[in-house]
Amino acid sequence: MSEPILELRGLTKIYPGGLKALDHVDLEIRKGEIFALLGPNGAGKTTLIGAVCGLVRPTGGTIHAFGQDIASHWRDARRRIGLVPQELSTDMFEPVIRAVSYSRGLFGLAPDKGRIEEILRSLSLWEKRNDRIMTLSGGMKRRVLIAKALAHEPDLLFLDEPTAGVDVELRKGMWAIIGQMRARGVTVILTTHYIEEAEEMADRVGIINKGRLITVDDKSAMMAKLGRTEAHIALAVPMSEIPPAIASFPVELENGGMSLRYRGGDGTGKGKAEVAELTKALTRAGIDYTGIDTRESSLEEIFVSLLDHEEAAA
Amino acid sequence: MIAWRSTWSIYKRELVRFLRTAFQSVLAPVLTTSLYFIVFGAAIGGRMPDLSGVGYGSFIIPGLLMLTLLGETTSNSSFGIYMPRFTGTIYELLSAPVGVAETLIGFVGAAATKSLILAAIILVTARLLVDYSIAHPLLAVVYIMLVAAAFSLFGFILGIWADNFEKLGIIPMLFLTPLTFLGGTFYSIDMLPEPWDKIALFNPIVYLVSGLRWTFYGSADVNFGLSLGITLCFLAVCVAIIAYIFKTGWRLRA
Ligand SMILES: Nc1ncnc2c1ncn2[C@@H]1O[C@H](COP(=O)(O)OP(=O)(O)OP(=O)(O)O)[C@@H](O)[C@H]1O
Ligand SMILES: [Mg+2]
Repeated sequence: MSEPILELRGLTKIYPGGLKALDHVDLEIRKGEIFALLGPNGAGKTTLIGAVCGLVRPTGGTIHAFGQDIASHWRDARRRIGLVPQELSTDMFEPVIRAVSYSRGLFGLAPDKGRIEEILRSLSLWEKRNDRIMTLSGGMKRRVLIAKALAHEPDLLFLDEPTAGVDVELRKGMWAIIGQMRARGVTVILTTHYIEEAEEMADRVGIINKGRLITVDDKSAMMAKLGRTEAHIALAVPMSEIPPAIASFPVELENGGMSLRYRGGDGTGKGKAEVAELTKALTRAGIDYTGIDTRESSLEEIFVSLLDHEEAAA
Repeated sequence: MIAWRSTWSIYKRELVRFLRTAFQSVLAPVLTTSLYFIVFGAAIGGRMPDLSGVGYGSFIIPGLLMLTLLGETTSNSSFGIYMPRFTGTIYELLSAPVGVAETLIGFVGAAATKSLILAAIILVTARLLVDYSIAHPLLAVVYIMLVAAAFSLFGFILGIWADNFEKLGIIPMLFLTPLTFLGGTFYSIDMLPEPWDKIALFNPIVYLVSGLRWTFYGSADVNFGLSLGITLCFLAVCVAIIAYIFKTGWRLRA
């Protein structure tokens, strides 16, 4: 595997006041991937991004970007990193095109009208280029921030909750934009509360809670490792205990014996096969049922169960 | 090494922002200064004896210019850095490949440029009301530039230090304005009775006003070299403080 584009080692941030927002985070980001950082409010996602982008001074640990320590090579690193912040903060009086051109200049690049036009067009902002930012809708404002972050053609892009407060259609549009960036070879690190977003977009997923990176894995591997099949089998006649015929399956009674709940498998489809086995066993034992509802667990449930697990361990 | 393109971007943007509100930015100080000229120069000045060989109306010009220059420069510069901190737009500057040099030359350069434009407008306005000539025009311009730069830096520090609007306004109101008024804007300090004429020498603004007055009329309360030296010292102290702020990230980076 090629050298990671970003490498965090033991990254720790303790805010004045003693709050530990990052606790020895180790993370490697591969070139060209889309990495989703998932976690509840206050988990430390924004702090992690801030530490890489120069907004937060780490308390401990190291950050290497493009193979160089950013503590000493911050200029080189920052030239190649783009940031779209979580908050919609930009000079609202400025026209769109001027704001975007400014960003390009600030990062030290020569003016390039063609490039700016291309960026604005790809974000459907070209028609609005001369409008003051305050006259745009929230979704457009967020796209202006993306345009500003892309103006200096970064190799590594941070998107801090790019789809917060954005409607379903726009969110899909945002996913398409992120897809375009991937196609151009930009490495993208995004944070989100929407599990479906990570599920839809990301190559890999990291889950962070209370400053600790709990797990990092390929999205599919994580689904496989932590995924579960859940089936609810409605019984024709209520039962008071699990009959021996199906005791070897991971089942429990629920709804006062009105139905059986199966929880098992691994996210690779093994669960579904086992549910099929279970129904056959039920038939053989002469237990009648009136309906089956089978579901694969989503990243969301994985996420919640991981966090519960964390709480229990603590 | 200084990233000039980044510096230029910051400078240009700040000036454009200034031009957007040019009317207010220029009208208010010009109006106040004109009022001072009318009241002190034309009305009261007529009954005042000549000071250091110049008519009272002319005598107060450098002081009034300094009064406006210090106030406007400080507030321009402090707002220039405070507002991005307040609204959060500073994230972009902090994540950009720019350091203390680019930021200072950009922000402070723009604030100083605004002050120079303002100074020029005030001098022209004054010329309409009072007759005066400048003995050392080149030195006057250089000196105004130095003072503008120094107080832009001072304002920059203020804008980083302040964590609310009250604090932003309190230093100019509590220190700058009184010290300038007492700093010989409207009188020559040798008009003060003992021991106030000695005490006045502890007021740093005295040297600034006096320095500018010297470039105008070739005579002043204190030696021009001393004025220049104190201005340069103040400038150096401000640069050092700002370099330290950037090094530690104080009030800028969490
Ligand atoms: N400047 C700061 N000073 C002190 N504490 C801070 C600061 N910024 C963040 N924190 C604290 O650090 C913790 C992590 O915050 P952070 O913003 O990184 O969370 P997050 O994962 O981005 O949350 P969200 O999903 O709500 O954006 C929180 O408890 C927060 O209160
Ligand atoms: Mg956040």
